[in-house]
Amino acid sequence: MQKFSAFALARRAFGGHAGWGRQWRAPEPKAAYDAVIVGGGGHGLATAYYLAKEHGLRNIAVLEKGWIGGGNTGRNTTIIRSNYLFDASAALYDHAVKLWEKLSQDINYNVMFSQRGVLMLAHTVHDVQVFKRHVHANRLNGIDNDWLSPEDVQAFCPPISLAPTMRYPVLGAALQRRAGTARHDAVAWGYARAADSYGVDILENCAVTGIVQDAAGAVTAVETTRGTIRTPKLAVAAAGNTSVIMAMAGLRMPLESYPLQALVSEPIKPIFPCVVMSNTIHAYISQSDKGELVIGAGTDAYISYSQRGALHITTHTLDAICELFPIFRRMRMLRNWGGIVDVTPDRSPIIAKTSVKGLYVNCGWGTGGFKATPGSGNLFAWTVAKDEPHAINAPFRIERFRDGHMIDEAAAAAVAH
Amino acid sequence: MLLIPCPFCGPRAEVEFSYGGEAHIARVENQAALTDEGLEDFLYLRSNTRGMHAERWRHAHGCGRFFNALRDTVTDKIYATYKTGEPRPALDATS
Repeated sequence: MQKFSAFALARRAFGGHAGWGRQWRAPEPKAAYDAVIVGGGGHGLATAYYLAKEHGLRNIAVLEKGWIGGGNTGRNTTIIRSNYLFDASAALYDHAVKLWEKLSQDINYNVMFSQRGVLMLAHTVHDVQVFKRHVHANRLNGIDNDWLSPEDVQAFCPPISLAPTMRYPVLGAALQRRAGTARHDAVAWGYARAADSYGVDILENCAVTGIVQDAAGAVTAVETTRGTIRTPKLAVAAAGNTSVIMAMAGLRMPLESYPLQALVSEPIKPIFPCVVMSNTIHAYISQSDKGELVIGAGTDAYISYSQRGALHITTHTLDAICELFPIFRRMRMLRNWGGIVDVTPDRSPIIAKTSVKGLYVNCGWGTGGFKATPGSGNLFAWTVAKDEPHAINAPFRIERFRDGHMIDEAAAAAVAH
Repeated sequence: MLLIPCPFCGPRAEVEFSYGGEAHIARVENQAALTDEGLEDFLYLRSNTRGMHAERWRHAHGCGRFFNALRDTVTDKIYATYKTGEPRPALDATS
């Protein structure tokens, strides 16, 4: 692996930037691996990286049906935060934030992690009470979160309107200062490059078509468009297509897949210093380092695998953006797209073993999986390597929908839907 | 936006409708006899079909009635709508 540094950059610059090689190999699939990961998004690649780095599993492969960074990893709005209400969620997402803080050094790849702060706006008395409860709950879990008055909100984020004539005026906000954004493509590429450096085979254009089980039901191989690959451990991190993959092993999942849309504006000079989220009027927005305003909309109403959604969903979000930030009213939107997110009934993820021996699943991240990428991969790698969950992901079992031990962030409204 | 043919009112825009999830999930008659697995299956496990999916819609801002639709979840094209209680039409996904 070519080590990236200021010196390496200068040396390549004097060579006319001709000497940059491939960042990861394009190997042919081997006949067998010690573990195979389905899904070459951030979660799958991070799982491969931590399996190789922390658990010594080097003879492993990541199967990606398309190309690296072409799925939800390259389609999200890159927001990272850990201000979740429940203890289990707070531990899970803060584990990720702590890994984010050292990730660029760890994988020698600049993921442009920027702790610019996430403001969650309160527009009603109920919002104020709920978010203050969040602030206190977060502090008890050692997670920073501050309550800001409307004037403090505007000082922190000047483009915001405090007009009292708004249908949903800003009554305050919860601010997590350690939260922020990262460059999503760089996360996928950086993890792919780092995993590859440990010998992990990244197999692009390799879709899974079947799962082979022995007489006792244990996984023995996976059938793909590039041939059958033997493996005793199959780890599925396939986001919106998880139900389809798991059905190949005869499992029904507590998941539904919905389109989630996002859009970006034309690029402008730096104007927006932080991330702003509003669950009540449903908008979230930040500015990328390229200058585009990155805006997230809600999910469409119906399940779909089409990777696109309806215009009235994005229009609804832009109504909210224009009311909150009148300064943006004459901006033009450049692109809009959809990704397919797999949603659980309690809106918390599943990182767990399954009832099929050798089959593991990391799914159900719904509308907010990007923020968890390093933590998710780290814990999933532990679960796959040791055949038992880490203490942090132990509550995120599949069986919670049977015995009722839910982690009900949906009811807690700590996430935007 | 989907153009949804309501079996009672004809084709209308998606914004007039609310989505009701997977169709043909019968409510359990004797809930006292239901096991944990049965309750999990009824409440939470879904086919989440990639392909032809039978689903419920309600014409909330129209006639107000529930009906079922067959939609290909890969293309979002609606192939048929039919009244609640009628059997699922025999149609295969084209994708």
